Amino acid sequence: MDFMVFQYPMITIQACLDGILLGVLFALIAYGMALQWGVMNIINIAQGDLVILGGYIAYFMYLYGIHPAWGVIVSPIIMYFVGVGIYKLVINKVVDRDLFISILATFGISILFMQLMNFAFGADVVLANSGYGTTFLFDSNVVLPNSKIFSAFVSIVFAICLVIYMKKSKLGRAIRATAQNARAAKILGVDTEKVYAATFGINAALCGVAGALISITFTIHPYMGLPYTIRSFMIVIVAGLGNLPGVALSGMGLGVFEEFADYILGTEFRIGSVFLLLVLILVYRRFKLSRKREYLK
Amino acid sequence: MNKNLILYTGILIFGLAAPFIFPAFKVQLSILCVLIVLATTWNIQGGEMGYNTFGNILFYGLGMYLCASVQVGMFFPLAEWTESGGEKTFVHTPAQFFQGMAAGLVVAAVIPTIVAGLIGYAILGLRGHYFAICTLGLGVAAGEISGGIEIIGAGQGFTTPPFPNVGGLEARGEFFYFLSFGALVLTFLAVRAIYSTRFKLILNAIRDNEDKAEAMGIETMKYKIIGWMVSAFFCGLAGGIMGGLVGYIDSTDVAFDGREMGVFMVLMAILGGKGTLWGPVIGATVFHVFKEGFWTFFLGWQYVALGVLIVVIVIYFPEGIMGWLREKYPERFGEVVDEADRKAQVELK
Repeated sequence: MDFMVFQYPMITIQACLDGILLGVLFALIAYGMALQWGVMNIINIAQGDLVILGGYIAYFMYLYGIHPAWGVIVSPIIMYFVGVGIYKLVINKVVDRDLFISILATFGISILFMQLMNFAFGADVVLANSGYGTTFLFDSNVVLPNSKIFSAFVSIVFAICLVIYMKKSKLGRAIRATAQNARAAKILGVDTEKVYAATFGINAALCGVAGALISITFTIHPYMGLPYTIRSFMIVIVAGLGNLPGVALSGMGLGVFEEFADYILGTEFRIGSVFLLLVLILVYRRFKLSRKREYLK
Repeated sequence: MNKNLILYTGILIFGLAAPFIFPAFKVQLSILCVLIVLATTWNIQGGEMGYNTFGNILFYGLGMYLCASVQVGMFFPLAEWTESGGEKTFVHTPAQFFQGMAAGLVVAAVIPTIVAGLIGYAILGLRGHYFAICTLGLGVAAGEISGGIEIIGAGQGFTTPPFPNVGGLEARGEFFYFLSFGALVLTFLAVRAIYSTRFKLILNAIRDNEDKAEAMGIETMKYKIIGWMVSAFFCGLAGGIMGGLVGYIDSTDVAFDGREMGVFMVLMAILGGKGTLWGPVIGATVFHVFKEGFWTFFLGWQYVALGVLIVVIVIYFPEGIMGWLREKYPERFGEVVDEADRKAQVELK
């Protein structure tokens, strides 16, 4: 254990800034998860693998000499169709069924994607170098790569665009209506099947954006998907469905927590501490609710 | 009843003779026994109680590490063993090996049971998908954390004590086969005994409607915890045996292998039919045969095949083999079917 964090305020500032910039990305992924959870009542275990796949699209553009930042535009377009494809093949058969069925089915998709990516791209940890340089703050005691600032900025822009789209457009209204009451929406002439496909596609596109940004900022690896799923699940249960500021805040909170866990416990316990935090949050909420004789459902 | 007795005797005799009939498949048969144990215990939660857990892998991995640690730690310093990669520096005598294994298996079964009892109160208060994801997190967290602990080998793994040089070449395979077959018989008889009591009815009541069960005056939490402890006991035992059988423990690839074993046990129970006594046994057998086929013929593509298999089973076969048989031959399951009603239903379809 290393308690440097508390003795040197600069490290604290560094960890906080890193965490916040990272958390914005988590919040973007979690927003996609909240969207599909709210609309289709499905928990997608393959969420993280969609993120990694989006990252590999940006990485491939980088390999072919295109600047990886363009992946932010290209990756969501490809991922939208991947998402719609997954919906047509698998998800539409589990939408109305038991929740556990959808969890298991998406777990299967997750394993499938993991392995296909492993075959296609190899098991190496890769990074698309954006060449954005770094920013130094506080007499260069705090180092921030510009790519992190860029990724946080792009995430915020995408999130705002999506919120406006959901509020104003016809499809957005249809999605929100289906989320409120699928049957009533159907009676009023909403093609719920199309809405579900579009929702899953939008979710996958969001994952694509986040993945492209992660491939620029951090590293990607075929087996790194599950932690992203768990993070977004955690953010959604802390914030609640449809609470957008809550998603953003808890995303940043999780990012800061991770950076501190990294400093204090060591990098080898970073992922473990994320998963443990999920268990602790669920147990805490369970005890809080059980005082009122209620339970998480 | 008489027919059942003949069936059980037949299976028992086959089980005892199997390693001599198929000497080349001893290890595979041992793994099959362990898989059946895992599927059967998962079925207590997922099938009878309606709590779909991914977390039984926690007890399996815990049992594996505990058994090996006790087996080594009883006679040699554990830290030096794991640091040196084990067998090169210290050698177990046959007596030490078997004593250590026996003590290790007891610990491997008891400690997970206690752990299940301790965390059960917190975790089993969650329901539905929250429970599923929480247990998934628990299993992965255990794997990640145990991969950082030095004394049990951390990232480089833990070599379990090699089998001592007694009884010829075949001794190791036969020892582990009979050990796992014994565990299987024990598990099956225990679960069968449980399923004929009021306890099973309570578990089913919890599955069908927990609020109503509570309103009827059943202390659901108590029974849920007991059910989980029963699972944990046998999962830990299976883990301990598997650790010795594989001979090498790695935190995320062997012990807390949520991606393989953790999903396998769910899949086997669903394939065979949740909520039946024989379902997990049949499911595990079919699954193991298919899996070995896949692993041999699609080497390198096995996880792709596994992913597709999960999706296909879950979407097209959620009732499992037993559910399908039950629909086809309801009379065999003691259900009285009105012939005219059945015909009418067939025509409706």
